[in-house]
Amino acid sequence: MQSYDIIIIGGGVVGSAIARELTRYQLSVAVLEKESDVCTQTSGRNTGMLHAGFLYKTGSLKAQCCVEGNREFDQVARELDVPFKRTGKLIVGFTEEHRQRLLAMIERGRANGVPGMELIDRTRMDEIDPSAGGNFAIHCPSSGILDPFIYTIALAENAVKNGAKYHLYTEVTGTEYLPDGRHVLHTSRGDFACRWVINSAGLHSAEISAMLGIPGYVIQPVKGEYFVLDKKAGAFARIPVYPAPTERNTFDTHATPTVDGNVLVGPNSFNVEDGEDYSVRQIGMDGLQESGARMFKHMKREYYIRTFAGARPKRINPATGEIQDFLIERPEQAPSVINLVGIESPGLTSALPIARRVVKLLQEKETLQPNPAFDPTRRGIVRFHEASREEQARLIAENPDYGEIVCRCETVTRAEIIQAIHNPLGVCTVNGIKVRTRASMGRCQGGYCETRITAMIREELHKAVTDVRLTNGDSAMFTGYVKGGEQA
Amino acid sequence: MMHKQAVIVGGGPAGLAAALRLKEKGVNDLLILEREQKLGGILRQCIHDGFGLTRFGESLSGPEYAQRFIDQVQQAGIDCITDCTVLDITGDKLVTAASREHGLLQIQADAVLLTMGCRERTRGALATPGTRPAGVYTAGVAQNYINLQNIMVGREVVILGSGDIGLIMARRMTLEGAHVKGVYEVQPYPSGLPRNIEQCLNDYDIPLHLSHTVVDIRGRERLTSVVVAQCDERFRPIPGTEEEIPCDTLILSVGLIPENELSLAAGVELDPRTRGAFVDEHCQTAIPGVFAAGNVLHVHDLVDFVSLEAEALADSAAEYLLAGSLPACPLEVKAGSNVGHVIPQRISGTRPFTLSLRVRQPLNNVSIVVRQGDREVLRKKMRKALPAEMIQLPIRAEKLTDSADMEVCVE
Repeated sequence: MQSYDIIIIGGGVVGSAIARELTRYQLSVAVLEKESDVCTQTSGRNTGMLHAGFLYKTGSLKAQCCVEGNREFDQVARELDVPFKRTGKLIVGFTEEHRQRLLAMIERGRANGVPGMELIDRTRMDEIDPSAGGNFAIHCPSSGILDPFIYTIALAENAVKNGAKYHLYTEVTGTEYLPDGRHVLHTSRGDFACRWVINSAGLHSAEISAMLGIPGYVIQPVKGEYFVLDKKAGAFARIPVYPAPTERNTFDTHATPTVDGNVLVGPNSFNVEDGEDYSVRQIGMDGLQESGARMFKHMKREYYIRTFAGARPKRINPATGEIQDFLIERPEQAPSVINLVGIESPGLTSALPIARRVVKLLQEKETLQPNPAFDPTRRGIVRFHEASREEQARLIAENPDYGEIVCRCETVTRAEIIQAIHNPLGVCTVNGIKVRTRASMGRCQGGYCETRITAMIREELHKAVTDVRLTNGDSAMFTGYVKGGEQA
Repeated sequence: MMHKQAVIVGGGPAGLAAALRLKEKGVNDLLILEREQKLGGILRQCIHDGFGLTRFGESLSGPEYAQRFIDQVQQAGIDCITDCTVLDITGDKLVTAASREHGLLQIQADAVLLTMGCRERTRGALATPGTRPAGVYTAGVAQNYINLQNIMVGREVVILGSGDIGLIMARRMTLEGAHVKGVYEVQPYPSGLPRNIEQCLNDYDIPLHLSHTVVDIRGRERLTSVVVAQCDERFRPIPGTEEEIPCDTLILSVGLIPENELSLAAGVELDPRTRGAFVDEHCQTAIPGVFAAGNVLHVHDLVDFVSLEAEALADSAAEYLLAGSLPACPLEVKAGSNVGHVIPQRISGTRPFTLSLRVRQPLNNVSIVVRQGDREVLRKKMRKALPAEMIQLPIRAEKLTDSADMEVCVE
């Protein structure tokens, strides 16, 4: 049985941030992730916003962690080589009622410690982004956009670099205590033992919590659908544009540029039973087209390149249905457990502040020795597309694989794909390559490069054709060879 | 930095034919840039026959058709760099490309020939609802796996769209032992050629369901089923007509889009109807010395016409390079009633040219009428005109005037 000091259940952005922060100390740390990669669920299915923190109740963990995470992110992005832009954000209004709500929002932002928020008129809006809809707006300069896939991957890779172990395709099915007080976790890949368990299971955090002996929490998955628009539309989008909040203090459809130059339109928001049902609905798309066009003047059919959906695991009060704050606890009834429930938006912004609070809860119970070898930095794959012409020439001269363009839409080279195939986490799916390199994320959606990428996965990892997977579970790309093709 | 009289972007059927004709016309300093390891473009994966009937009077496979041009290009000693992707073209005709062997190339060209072909429309562009499992392929991607890599993509197959590649793949997968359950086309008529409907579907008892589309895609890991529904005349699914079809593979053949990202980078303006460049009768874009032909200009249904168009381009490009300029084309060619698009969009009114057009919907017993003002330039009766079949009409110089715009109508 494999044994660790600490096992983290769930390798999303929060689990990976916790793993990374724990490797600052002399501890053996493992992450159990049931999927094929670290960002296939909530952590990879969102708007990619670095939130400012004006939306959350003053004094709440959501407000504290978000403001803290926002403030430090320039340094985090530098340390971990995460694509990030501090764009600021517009929250636009059309009516007097909206104006009142926006003014209240500025007040809350000030109370939460969000810097620089102000109400601006249409003239200022036109200076900032003429394609934004609305008559007036809040300008919040501290908001930003980041690549949520790369951020999650970067935290995980940095954790691995500092000694953490990732176990993919490993689903926890039951837990028990050993006589010596340690835990045994039963999983789809055998048993694991550990002194501490950290529940960071996102959509499944209430189930894992109950498994660990802390029943009673309820997670309500709230699903949202999105459109991804072509970079041609991205040329018109300078800054995330959100509508004035609804009466329930939530946001309807917004238009957000991505760090790569696309535009996300969405999400809508509705309760679902099954948080992992990521299908999109026609009615949802129709609604996004209509409401998206109010926020973003270039919301056009010809710019569609993809749709996707995600779900926010909201912790609700089972009696009232009211949405509750992040829960970060070390409960008395379950020794050696740190329990995280209801980590939803702004979880991406809050991941490292949450992780530090977990470490603090641990330090209240035992003295942690610093890891002298800890290195907070991680470098990503050098992207040909982002290099200057001189650098491109040098890259090819040093490694001819940089001269072979595999994905023409996003200009991704063979060198980048090979680095992604041999990633430190051992992810080997087509989507795993995609989120690490952007290959197939462009307008042809893999029409040109997918056939090459699957061939490279087979060659580099010596895989049979039937073992090439698109993403999670048994998502086999192929059924075999053509007649006589195996010999050919 | 290298200098070339002509740089040809793409070594598929259009680029190869253009290169050969340029050489024949005495333009010797030319270079073909091809991103694949071999010349031939998409023809390499089109192993079915039916190519070359017009040009060679015999039925060739795609690779055979391409090879005839490749052999001649090699015999003529025309420079080619394969495994070389063009990254950028400027309005001043500076071409930047990346190659394993040659590194980052910068080539100043006197003329640039855009022959990049087209790409397939995707599920994302259609925004088809449902999940995103493995097993959803565009027809060309499936064709690449099956014909170039010997890999089978699935066994129980539904095809959305009746484009020619989808029809070809219906037959190809059937021959490989897959069960093709049906082809679903949103329009009330097929978008592929009649001969492909006959030879690829009817000969194999594969049903074609017109006015139908896929309204849901199901399965979390691998595709498990699709839901199809009948559509009204505005292509909206009719509630109550949904039917779930178990399958592990969905092939999309829902349209081709000229691949013009490099053209846009150079500043070439695109026609929203063809999604290719606006060109004059010389196949010249609004940028002097930048030419386009083949599927990058407008999607063709037969490769024979791609080769012809590229040769016409090369005639003009040779004149541009050797004489220094081409006659101005101040007259506009407009697509009138029932006409989807026309190529070229501008003419001189003094020289002969080939007019290409497609009708908007299937029509019987019609006349194609070409007018300049009150003057009827050409009238051609057709018993049948289909959107799937490009119509090409040679226009003689003596019928033209240089003083009025042109309109093309189907009456």
